[in-house]
Amino acid sequence: MLSMQSLISVLRWFTFSFFITVMSLAQAGTIESHSFDSPEKEATYKRLIEELRCLVCQNQNIAGSNAELAQDLRRQTYEMVSKGSSRDEVVDFMVTRYGDFVLYQPPFKFKTLLLWFGPPLLLLISLIFLVRQLRKKSTKPELELDKKQRESVRDLLK
Amino acid sequence: MKKTYLLPLIIFSVLALLLYKGLYLDSRNVPSPFIGKPAPAFDLPRLYQKDQRISAEKMKGQVWLLNVFASWCVSCRAEHTVLTGFIRQYKVPAVGLNYKDYGTEDYGHDVISWLGQLGNPYTYVAVDTEGRTGINWGVYGVPESFVIDKKGIIRYKFTGPVSQKAVVEILVPLITTLRKEPA
Repeated sequence: MLSMQSLISVLRWFTFSFFITVMSLAQAGTIESHSFDSPEKEATYKRLIEELRCLVCQNQNIAGSNAELAQDLRRQTYEMVSKGSSRDEVVDFMVTRYGDFVLYQPPFKFKTLLLWFGPPLLLLISLIFLVRQLRKKSTKPELELDKKQRESVRDLLK
Repeated sequence: MKKTYLLPLIIFSVLALLLYKGLYLDSRNVPSPFIGKPAPAFDLPRLYQKDQRISAEKMKGQVWLLNVFASWCVSCRAEHTVLTGFIRQYKVPAVGLNYKDYGTEDYGHDVISWLGQLGNPYTYVAVDTEGRTGINWGVYGVPESFVIDKKGIIRYKFTGPVSQKAVVEILVPLITTLRKEPA
């Protein structure tokens, strides 16, 4: 009986390692390898895929997304960069097609003023409000009670 | 100035109102930078006539529709019936951009049987196997539809399926006015 059990465990181990191998092979298939002729180009490419948003997933950049569109946009970026396009040229290309939304960092312009200045403005307003309130409290004299009121308080506290 | 105690309430109401509105906004509806801009050029092989090509240039001088679709796209199926009705009733010249469909390298059977089953309202079906024309048109979610005027300017874009309501409320009035514009 013991040999039967050990046979099963060996079989189990084989199946397990088989699946691990298959899975790692499948994984290897999806890894993209890009070669660049200069380290600057590689840096530009890596920076761009971090900066560009995947429009399907919306909360991922195209570096981190495995969506088909992200793959296509990575391919597009790679092709442009390896042909010598600068970072700004690729960004322009993407923005004319997908709009500012494709950028994780919104550009600074009239439409995005509120986006850039909203949070510090809110902070400023609330700070002013807070300071005012605190000052008011410290300068305000204690409530004056007349004799009658004082007596009634004393009675209540008895 | 006595009513400053109302201020937090007012701020809260404004915020609540904005957030409430935000609940019903479609995050897929990213404004297209193409509205009012010339339609990007393309020159693609046709699905049924492999040796022929179709380009944006060929469509100039008329109000036309570009519909991005694929046989793997589930919501395209629902949209297709609606769009087919619209295209046929109003005789709209339409280009179906078959986006990254399975096996389109050899003009695969998936899209042909899909159109065979659901009907083919398109004047031309253009094959974009690698999705490069899609990128040029800023496509990120199939289906997408563009309305292009006689001068070749994109005037409207739908992201996601076009509903019957959108046909009646947006598409029909739009093409009626665009058709009156000079070429």
